Amino acid sequence: MAVVLDKSHRWRVVAAHLGLICFIALIMFPFLMILLISLRPGNFSTGDLIPSQISLEHWKLVLGIPYQAADGRLVEPEFPVLLWLWNSIKVAALSGLIGLLLSTTCAYAFARMRFAFKAQLINSLMLVQMFPTVLALVAIYAIFDQIGGYVPWLGLDTHGGLILAYTGGIALHIWTIKGYFDTIPVEIEEAAKVDGATPFQAFRYVLLPMAVPILMVVFLLAFIQGVNEYPIASVLLKQQDQLTIAVGIKMFLYEQKYFWGDFAAAAILSGLPISIVFLLAQRWMTSGLTAGGVKG
Amino acid sequence: MARKLEHWILLLAAGLTLLAGLFLTFKMYAAGQPLLATVCLATLGLATYIYSTGRAYAFRYLFPGLLAVVVFVLFPLAYTFTIGFTNYSSKNLLSPERAKQYFLDETYVVDGESYAFTLHSDGAAYRIRLENENGDVFVTDALALKQATPLSVPAHRLEAAEAPLSEPADTKTLIQNLKVLKLVSVTLPSGLVASASGLREFAPVRKLYQPLANGELKNQQDGSIIKPNFETGFYETAAGEPLQPGFKVGIGWANFKRIFTDSSFSEPFLRIFGWTVVFAGLTVLFAFSVGIVLAVLMSWEALRFRKLYSIFLFLPYAVPAFISILVFKGLFSENAGEINLILQSLFGIKPNWFTDPFLAKVMILIVNTWLGFPYMMLLSMGLIKAIPADLYEASAIAGAGPFTNFFKITLPLIVKPITPLLIAAFAFNFNNFVLIALLTNGRPDFLDTAVPAGTTDLLVSYTYRIAFQDSGQDFGLAAAISTVVFLMVAFLSIINLRLTKVNQTETR
Repeated sequence: MAVVLDKSHRWRVVAAHLGLICFIALIMFPFLMILLISLRPGNFSTGDLIPSQISLEHWKLVLGIPYQAADGRLVEPEFPVLLWLWNSIKVAALSGLIGLLLSTTCAYAFARMRFAFKAQLINSLMLVQMFPTVLALVAIYAIFDQIGGYVPWLGLDTHGGLILAYTGGIALHIWTIKGYFDTIPVEIEEAAKVDGATPFQAFRYVLLPMAVPILMVVFLLAFIQGVNEYPIASVLLKQQDQLTIAVGIKMFLYEQKYFWGDFAAAAILSGLPISIVFLLAQRWMTSGLTAGGVKG
Repeated sequence: MARKLEHWILLLAAGLTLLAGLFLTFKMYAAGQPLLATVCLATLGLATYIYSTGRAYAFRYLFPGLLAVVVFVLFPLAYTFTIGFTNYSSKNLLSPERAKQYFLDETYVVDGESYAFTLHSDGAAYRIRLENENGDVFVTDALALKQATPLSVPAHRLEAAEAPLSEPADTKTLIQNLKVLKLVSVTLPSGLVASASGLREFAPVRKLYQPLANGELKNQQDGSIIKPNFETGFYETAAGEPLQPGFKVGIGWANFKRIFTDSSFSEPFLRIFGWTVVFAGLTVLFAFSVGIVLAVLMSWEALRFRKLYSIFLFLPYAVPAFISILVFKGLFSENAGEINLILQSLFGIKPNWFTDPFLAKVMILIVNTWLGFPYMMLLSMGLIKAIPADLYEASAIAGAGPFTNFFKITLPLIVKPITPLLIAAFAFNFNNFVLIALLTNGRPDFLDTAVPAGTTDLLVSYTYRIAFQDSGQDFGLAAAISTVVFLMVAFLSIINLRLTKVNQTETR
């Protein structure tokens, strides 16, 4: 680039580097602290930030292993963190799969078919999506109270009910997948139809295999959304063994029962995998969206 | 062949789903919910129509997804509106029919009479033996006593000719079966109904209320009459005293009137509304300011290691919010938190992040800026990429510095496309329930309000508190507030759509 460089330029670069490094140090402070806290013995800050001795007691508790305290007591894990994590993964994976199934078929219809009120339908879908579910919590609670009366495994305090509640939030997924379908030329499917394929076969055997990257991305996004969801889960789930990690983990920080060190270990244990999945999804998002149906 | 098999499996699955749906519909109807059953049946009918004729082919693909959206997004919204017009709360939880049934199921023990009760095994089953003060003995037939369900059985007078009963069961057996026995009512030859009033005693019980033709209930014990009041949702005594449990009735605009005219509600409501707007506005301002400065730096080609920096800068966005918010909650903790530890050793101060209203708000804004700036950075980076480089070359030739570049070129060119996104961020933070619920839970509370309301509460978290936490689970009021918030969000969304449309037509 033919930009004229003056003397102050070098200083500006150095200042920018310094500023960024300071800023990043500030941003990273919570992450670093939480790592140190998880390795520090005891649940209260002892006066020094960097632990003088490393202890794995919090990690043991979080992984469900009892340990012997300094005074000889056997300390039992207070909360089933691994179970909560498993609940979260189960609910998020199943709701992601169901959501993917529903949104893929919808996206196919919106991308490839002609029917009445198509434009209005997709616009109202987007509009509906804008409203926060928090506002409808009372109604959602009442609905699942009702459903539980007829189908107990879909009622309050069940994972089935929670998964069902999450399947409504698919409008954005429909939009994303439809956008990808739009980039794939119709001619490929039409060729299949000329060969005698039904629309469903064209969808199932021609379009879907080409759309795998975007389906992966949408599934991962739905999965992360499911793991991170707090309001609905906090209303629907009550028993300790049923909680997802998003609802359960805050139990470590009640004022009367304050397990700061255990919380730190639990936060890393559950936060790390989710963050990695998120970073992967972001990566694939950019590469998956740019790779269209026409190759070579 | 495989295709054919797939076809049959699909058909079978569809058939089973239909059957399950019909069974559910029947269950709803049997449970006395004809409206629900009708809606369910109509949905099933629609599904059958769509999947059996070729005319609605596109809807075969749309139906499941749209159904999910309608049932779990659209319907809850509509339902919320209707709840706002009722007195639905923990005091008025039941439907009028169930409340009436509750009163009709009430019983009372008739004074003065009781029966000594013993339990006698008869094979694997048991017989109940009752004896009154006159020495009259009554026994039931053999009972399994396996399931704890209400059971009504007749008892007959024990005749001398009958085979004698076995030895009475011991206390342990009695206690084991107590749960089941409590639900057994024995009808004696005289027509009296007796049920367990103790471990070794049965006493005759009568229904407390008898329904009258006009819907009122007559108290059998003292002859008084209670009548349902469909204005307040309670059965009331003649003196107008309400009896629990109440039932759900429509109360018109009363909840909305309470929000806006009852000063004990409207005052905290307005304060919370003010803070909600300030919070959302400042969050967007701070996050965007930090984000765009970083985006400019990250787009500066003279800077090395930009890739590495941007990974670090992006990290707060990748970590689940529910974890980072709780991490901050612990770090800011007043006595045990690491932030106060550092401040104490450096400056000798220990701010009350959670008990001082102003500091609590400062903390919330710090945390939310930390959470929100990477997203703003990402958005701005994408938009800066689209600015033609020759603009900067021209300004460099004219001798402009980086500040001039930023305020005269970058910012003006970014503002327009990013405004809808900023409004969306505003709307999101307007309803940022998770942040408040996990960080402060609305606390510290106002000291001078009649209902619990927090200085850091947003409208949504305030609603949540009314509905699910303190102040008596007032679902109706919460739903009414939700409706008001909903209208505000709708207003924002419409403005946003307008702006997006203007942008689109201009770029064309």
